[in-house]
Amino acid sequence: MGLLNKHGVFERHSLILTIGILITVSIGGLIQMAPLFYMENTIEKVEGMRPYTPLEVAGRNIYLREGCYVCHSQMVRPLRDEVERYGHYSLAAESMYDHPFQWGSKRTGPDLARVGGKYSDEWHVDHLIDPRALVPESIMPPYAFLAEKSLDFRNIQDDLKALRAVGVPYTDEMIENASMDLRAQVDPDIYFDEQDALVARYTEASGREGTVQIRDFDQDPDRITEMDALVAYLQMTGTLVDFSTYEAEDLMNAR
Amino acid sequence: MSEHHKDIDQPTGVETTGHEWDGIKELNNPLPRWWLYIWYGTIAFSIGYMVVMPAIPALPGLGTNTRGLAGQSDRIAVAEQVESLRSQRSASGAALLTASLEEIETDRELQQFAMASGESAFGDNCATCHGAGGRGAKGYPTLADDSWLWSGTLEGIEYTLQHGIRHEEDADTRFSLMPAFGRDRLLERQQIDDVVNHVLSLSGREVDEAASKRGADIFAAQCASCHGANGTGDRTVGAPNLTDDIWVFGGEYRDVYNTVYNARNAHMPAWGERLDEATIKSLAVYVHSLGGGE
Repeated sequence: MGLLNKHGVFERHSLILTIGILITVSIGGLIQMAPLFYMENTIEKVEGMRPYTPLEVAGRNIYLREGCYVCHSQMVRPLRDEVERYGHYSLAAESMYDHPFQWGSKRTGPDLARVGGKYSDEWHVDHLIDPRALVPESIMPPYAFLAEKSLDFRNIQDDLKALRAVGVPYTDEMIENASMDLRAQVDPDIYFDEQDALVARYTEASGREGTVQIRDFDQDPDRITEMDALVAYLQMTGTLVDFSTYEAEDLMNAR
Repeated sequence: MSEHHKDIDQPTGVETTGHEWDGIKELNNPLPRWWLYIWYGTIAFSIGYMVVMPAIPALPGLGTNTRGLAGQSDRIAVAEQVESLRSQRSASGAALLTASLEEIETDRELQQFAMASGESAFGDNCATCHGAGGRGAKGYPTLADDSWLWSGTLEGIEYTLQHGIRHEEDADTRFSLMPAFGRDRLLERQQIDDVVNHVLSLSGREVDEAASKRGADIFAAQCASCHGANGTGDRTVGAPNLTDDIWVFGGEYRDVYNTVYNARNAHMPAWGERLDEATIKSLAVYVHSLGGGE
């Protein structure tokens, strides 16, 4: 009984009580969180993941700005129905360069984790301009202004620097050429050398050919619009990891 | 402070804890027994759960979490479920892969299987562009009519699904490029106006006769190699028939002018890597059945 009666100490000194609460709560936190930092299988080893190109980063910023995540998740769960509909379940590695991640918790619209390559650029543009022209039962709001609005990428270098500060492995070269890389990716008819440089940089980071898509995404060759950036980002989602080399049966990947 | 004999609070008849501050005593009302036992029960359950299910994260050096006696893994479970689904389908799916159109049409069971699986795959993958039931939209061909750009046979539809249209990542994709006559300065605006008048006259529309006559020469020189001398189209290059009243990108003067000026060259993704072969064949059977299959 002696020890149990010591609770009087906590009840009489508010500072000791506060410290006691902190210790108790942090035990729970530590058990849940600390292992994530040293466990080897927190993020699976995959081939193909690379930092997003400047155009994709700009598109992703628009995705965040417009709150796409409010209605669309980016997380295919390991359930049969989802794998049948959307493709391979999402891996932690696929969002390792997402700051913040876009897993989402609400699906008013479909999951977008693997929408890349599923539909044509034209479809994305038409659908963003007027969703109901293509999908009459859709309740998605129109984003026609994206096609009108020129992309403001004056801060793209800073965007990449900020991402590097939180752990995305952008090289100095990538940051230095960010603005040119952005223009080169969306303009297939000029900047040939710059395109080769862009592809070389990001292919090296990815270790896999063909992950950088260079096109005029919004079919408007005269300028770079926010539509270009958003469609470029959407067409990249879920396409980076090489699933032919991913060993789902490996015990380290089974969870 | 704490007394070792029971101290009963007189007005309520409840035992006190013995704590007293400024003459105020704390009553000792313990938690209800039923509540307490359920709580103890959850603690006992959690210990059992930790043993049976994956629960304890890796201790340093272990590399991975404990697996638990049940060996539960969502990822392995979903792989097994998908595998069992595939094997359920594979009996019919394998038969479907080799079956010809006649065989599918006569084998009721095979046809039902193909139609059911084709319809559900169409709903998620195709209807977004081609509309529910293949009714089409401006820029996205109607699949429910008998006007085909590339091919309307079962094999042809299957090939289109497999390799896409102008899908540059696929070497076997269906490919052709209409020049952007206006944007690339191949024709003057006046010439485009003439040729558009001629094209509209092919489907029996009222047009400016003089312009249409001038346009006929331009059509013969620039358009006929793909769309045919009479404008009836050529499926080997996906050139649409211009003499019917079916227009993928709209049949108004403005739409056709825009098409000649900028070219359209629409893109359909290849589905060969995304969907398995049996699903693609089912889709081909479904699309073939929508109304225009050849």
